[in-house]
Amino acid sequence: MELLGLLSEGFLIAFEPLNFGLIVLGVVVGLFVGAMPGLGSVNGVAILLPMTFLVPPASAIMFLAALYYGAMYGGAISSIMLGIPGASTAVATTFDGRPLAIKGEADRALIAAALASFGGGTISIVLFTLFAPPLATIALDFGDPEIFALMMLAFATFVGLSGDDIAKTIFSICIGMVMSAIGFDVISGEPRLVLFDLIGFQSKINFLVLAIGIYGIGEMMWTIEVSRGDSMMSKATVTVDRVMANLKIFWNTWKTWFMASFLGFFVGILPAAGATPGSLMAYGVAKMTSKTPDDFGKGAVEGVVAPEAANNAASTGSMLPMLTLGIPGSPTTAVLLGGMVIWGLQPGPRLFVDEIDFVWGLIASLYAANLFAALINIAFIPLFLWFLKTPFTILAPLIFVLSMVGGYAATERMFDVWLMLILGVGGYLLRKLDYPVAPAVLAIVLGPITEPALRQSLLISDGDLMVFFNRPISGPIMITAIILLFLPLFQALWRRMRNKGGATAG
Amino acid sequence: MRRAELITGILMAALSAYLMHKSTELPVGWISGEGPGGGFWPFWLAAFMLLSSIWVIVNWFRRSSPPSQSDEPYMDAYALKMFILVGGGVTAMIGLVEIIGMHLAAAVFLIYYIRFLGGHNWKTTLSIALPTPVITFLFFDVALNKFLPTGLMDPLYIVLYDIFL
Amino acid sequence: MKATLKKVMALGVAVGLVSGFAAVSGKDAQAAWEPKKPVQFVVMAGKGGGADKLARLIQSIIEKHKLSPKPVTPVNKPGGSGAEALVYMKNHKDPDHAIMVTLNSFYTTPLRQPRLGVDPLAFAPIARMAEDTFLLWVNKDSGITNVDEFVKAAKAAGNKWVMAGTGKASEDNLLTDFLNAAYGLNMKYVPYKGGGKVAKQLAGNHANSTVNNPSEQLGFYEAGKTVALAAFTDNRLPLFKSAPTFKELGKDFVYYMQRSVVGAPGMSKDALAFYQGLFKKVFATSEWQTYRTKKSLQGDLLQGDALVDYWKRENEVHRKMLVKMGAIKG
Repeated sequence: MELLGLLSEGFLIAFEPLNFGLIVLGVVVGLFVGAMPGLGSVNGVAILLPMTFLVPPASAIMFLAALYYGAMYGGAISSIMLGIPGASTAVATTFDGRPLAIKGEADRALIAAALASFGGGTISIVLFTLFAPPLATIALDFGDPEIFALMMLAFATFVGLSGDDIAKTIFSICIGMVMSAIGFDVISGEPRLVLFDLIGFQSKINFLVLAIGIYGIGEMMWTIEVSRGDSMMSKATVTVDRVMANLKIFWNTWKTWFMASFLGFFVGILPAAGATPGSLMAYGVAKMTSKTPDDFGKGAVEGVVAPEAANNAASTGSMLPMLTLGIPGSPTTAVLLGGMVIWGLQPGPRLFVDEIDFVWGLIASLYAANLFAALINIAFIPLFLWFLKTPFTILAPLIFVLSMVGGYAATERMFDVWLMLILGVGGYLLRKLDYPVAPAVLAIVLGPITEPALRQSLLISDGDLMVFFNRPISGPIMITAIILLFLPLFQALWRRMRNKGGATAG
Repeated sequence: MRRAELITGILMAALSAYLMHKSTELPVGWISGEGPGGGFWPFWLAAFMLLSSIWVIVNWFRRSSPPSQSDEPYMDAYALKMFILVGGGVTAMIGLVEIIGMHLAAAVFLIYYIRFLGGHNWKTTLSIALPTPVITFLFFDVALNKFLPTGLMDPLYIVLYDIFL
Repeated sequence: MKATLKKVMALGVAVGLVSGFAAVSGKDAQAAWEPKKPVQFVVMAGKGGGADKLARLIQSIIEKHKLSPKPVTPVNKPGGSGAEALVYMKNHKDPDHAIMVTLNSFYTTPLRQPRLGVDPLAFAPIARMAEDTFLLWVNKDSGITNVDEFVKAAKAAGNKWVMAGTGKASEDNLLTDFLNAAYGLNMKYVPYKGGGKVAKQLAGNHANSTVNNPSEQLGFYEAGKTVALAAFTDNRLPLFKSAPTFKELGKDFVYYMQRSVVGAPGMSKDALAFYQGLFKKVFATSEWQTYRTKKSLQGDLLQGDALVDYWKRENEVHRKMLVKMGAIKG
């Protein structure tokens, strides 16, 4: 029981007054930074990094880790309330969180998100505590073919998610991927797709620019048109009874968040993947295994629980390769890694030996941060709901202002604010014709991971495609992905065959 | 709706063709022993975009997609009015950023929207429009050191920075 | 009469205004120049990238020691391998409040993309804070312990020998070309985004060798996962005493990566003097010195004309290397 001893010593460090105060502060700041579209955990951690020079390194990383946690909780808030995912990790939360809010059940969605995050966080920290060093070697074994196979699996899980019009869904996925290819080709080192030769297109279109444009501007315009000026926002009330009733979600959906937590954690520890594919795959699996898959996308609580449990689990998971190998599993951990360098700590396999106090203090602080994030989040729910009760003609302009400010804060380029407006208006016009927009938003996140992995694999294998199938890890993943991709097709064929003889085809 | 579906389909096909054309600046083919060239990925994805746009147009002729069956107008009078008022307002707000800075542009936009589109009284309008630039300034510029654009109002902000930073 | 009065009055006002301006500017001249608003610290990379970490370290040092009256805040311009950042700096409307942290893409990107119209020598020479070094690394499992064994193994593998690096025509690519030419090898160069990813490829046995900076491989090296075979430096590095330099091995090849801070083209003399003083102070802090030792950084502080001369030399070196690679025309 050496682990328990180390962990309890860690708790003593985490509950020192300074550290404890910083953890609570970090959670609260993170909650607001995460709830603000455009900021999110990457920006929050990057912005507050220099302030941590004022406290000892162990306290500093506890603060930033708490902030990271708080931001993961906060991301769900804007997804549910405003329908704008504050970060790519929260896109899947909008699928059902937003319909729930429109139905007047925002409180239910918010509590479900908080509880699921808590469940996901807890499971992943326990896994982290028990298996950190051995799991690190798995992360190393993941080369390019494995990452490509994993991305294929992520695509496979969301093929069935959106839109009835297949042509328009394919269009949406492809345009998202092409947008992510704009700017610069790392492998040939050449500028690529610099549209109209504008210098602003020398870098890829940032995920947040597209997401805020589509959801913050496009969806808002859509809502204004459809609602004919009448509020479509939440009419939820919050009472103690309702809160108590909603707490039952934790038990009712335990299977979903349990599954999602494991999935999120394991995808999170793989370098380069991060929390977005994790939350997406969790959503897809939850839908596939659900008894009522048709409720998904229309306000199923499981549709909020699965991605939220997964993205919190993944955020803990992505700290594992950062600490044990010095490889960031997500953009946020990349910045955290920079922080550790500033404080004079060398992340890597030696960290667990040389800096025992630091490592276990951090792990203990994760338990504390997770608990406080859940409590503080639930305590703030009445405030969030109060905000939603403002008349729509006040809420709408505030969201437009938030979108502009957030769009600027994300990249600090006015070019991107204009681009956001154009993409938002374009998204609105396409949305009116039933073009699904979510696939494009997800493709712009997954594209830049998928393409280099494909090309690097093929470079190494001299262009031999078998590289994806004849390796022990990538092979099974790839085959699963292909089966999943074609599953809807087989199902449709099967139904059509059964219905032969006059009945309408599925 | 029907006409809009066709026009959009054609526009999107044109956009795809432009993206394909732009991708050919780098090799789009399979380089032997190396795998795909630098333009491969965007080129073939744009090709898929073109194919699906054509598919959309085919569906239009076959009248098999909901928008191509609908005789409702793409934008009725109300939708068009809101599109111009709201879309134009947001565009004007972003345009104003270059002149009076982001904080003040936000305030002007809020007054425009809440008072004139929303029809709220001046008291409500100002109680939201006036604190907003102050709060964004304190939150972004002062607390987070994320400096929002100031447009031509630089001299004013130099004074503010002296006080708050 | 009236007209004359008007003229006199106008003259009076004019004189008053002029002397007023003179007084204001006189005051400025007396007190040393200081930034009047937040200073943009442009980074040629995304958040978490190598240059970004450096900028945030410097920002932290400046804040901790309160070296600047106004905050110095990093702004990421990751586009096109530095192209976006360089063009942004070139067109900056307020060059007195814009500085940038640069690496060697400061030379190579303008050389490879002449259409940008960027001249590195037009930037204001604030300070070269250090030079990063390169070493040749292999995975410990390979059993290779010196350059001779490396050459033998790489020769035997031919085109199957994978050298991972950071993008085509980048520093790593230049070094790989050198090794290929000097030892008659045919290694395959596979580009990745960022040195951290490259280091991981080697530790995970997905690549056979790399030419990482020490800071990127340090974690794996200390854990005994990777081995440093030789250094592209003038002298052996204190942290890697057992690795000889290529000079010692008879191949006269030395290559460094600058870590410099530059001002936007058109920066005023007074502002330049302020930033030079600022970074001199940063250089002297114990935090910076510790960082240099820990990351095995070389190179002294270079400022002003000495820095410009250094850029001229390095720019030529890079031009020649790129021509040799065939990446640009001579």
